[in-house]
Amino acid sequence: MVEQAVAATGRRRWSRPLRVLIAKPGLDGHDRGAKVLARALRDAGMEVIYTGLFQTPERIARAAADEDVDVVGLSILSGAHNQLFPLIMQELRRAGLDDVLVVAGGIIPKEDIPHLHALGIAAVFGPGTPLHEIIEFIREHAPDRERGS
Amino acid sequence: MSDLLARVRAGDRRALARLLTHVENRTPLGLAAEREFFRQTGRAHLVGITGPPGAGKSTVIAALVREARRLGLTIAVLAVDPTSPITGGAVMGDRIRMLDIASDDGVFVRSLTSRGRSGGLAPSLCTMAHLLDAFGFDLIVLETVGAGQDDVEIARLADTTVLVLVPGLGDHVQALKAGTLEIADIFVVNKADLPEAARLLADLRSLQRLAGTASSHIPIHATVATTGDGIALLLQSILDHRKQLDATGQRLERLQRRLLSEVRFLALEALEERLDSALAALSEDERAALGARQVDPRTLAARLLEGLQLNLPLESR
Repeated sequence: MVEQAVAATGRRRWSRPLRVLIAKPGLDGHDRGAKVLARALRDAGMEVIYTGLFQTPERIARAAADEDVDVVGLSILSGAHNQLFPLIMQELRRAGLDDVLVVAGGIIPKEDIPHLHALGIAAVFGPGTPLHEIIEFIREHAPDRERGS
Repeated sequence: MSDLLARVRAGDRRALARLLTHVENRTPLGLAAEREFFRQTGRAHLVGITGPPGAGKSTVIAALVREARRLGLTIAVLAVDPTSPITGGAVMGDRIRMLDIASDDGVFVRSLTSRGRSGGLAPSLCTMAHLLDAFGFDLIVLETVGAGQDDVEIARLADTTVLVLVPGLGDHVQALKAGTLEIADIFVVNKADLPEAARLLADLRSLQRLAGTASSHIPIHATVATTGDGIALLLQSILDHRKQLDATGQRLERLQRRLLSEVRFLALEALEERLDSALAALSEDERAALGARQVDPRTLAARLLEGLQLNLPLESR
């Protein structure tokens, strides 16, 4: 019965918007950027879950897993990205989130970016990045999973 | 993909999260899971939390989660936030995340959006709750969109409905008389450390006396959710309510009523969808005839209804 239902591929109207977790890892109290982005993604029709400040890598991974998001956006202005991002990526993988798109933004020096790419962070958006650029990147690179659309 | 169902049956939390997405979006797998797991539901206690925006519902829930864990109860939270009627997007920020529950498998928090449904709920809320029930959570908390006085639908979907109020909202208590105040099983006056709290508590008690015996037994709890004050008693009250429902046989009655509401909602939803597509499919001629007053709205409505093929797809569309 289940198999039949699964095999059936009919028209499905229940298209799901992309779900995005916007997270503020570590000891960094500046979240205007995160909020502006959350709002912009919302206006682009996405479902955005904002974690609030001071999140640990474990909490971010747990939220991303339970909320079953397609995208994780990390906002960091403290300069601790080289310390925190590897831990976050490790926790995300441990939580079984291998296909989630991870992007980052904030104050991140250019020379650190290759290292972050190597960790699996798909894009790093610096200050002044036009919002539509981020939206387009997310739409283009979000995992292509069955969303019921 | 049905491997996902097997993983959920085996207690895989990540699979549960993914399957909830399927259920929420009503994919074929989601619909299959919905029916598959329904038979294993009925064990969890569903607690609806409602109240005006800013009353502290999320903070009360965070405190309840902590207290439930202290008692060794597992707890899942489904928190509904509004969807933008314009873009379909939503921002869900929740205080529940402030909890240090990252490594606790006894807690599961999921945000969902109303996707245009009114009444502070979300279209797939019930079915997602069923899945969490079947997964084995002891308590399932349904948090509604911070809503107004007519937000009564939650009471039809929960075993215990908790109304969270706050001092300083003026005449709200009076206004609530005929709305949410009537459907609550438990009242909470949150932010009870504020000076106007005593007055709100007194107002509530006098309202209860006015309302007569029907509501006079409803517990009223003063809480300060940010510090956890009063939360242990609140949870006890919720658990007592369940015991009372069990003892009086009302639990089954409520469950039936709850499921009937769900039946009604699902049927209504399908009806609305069909109606909307029939409306969209009206020919230019028919629209023109309506605009030119050659046909009246009721006649056209009757014609539309006649043409509707009413059936609810179960497995696929």
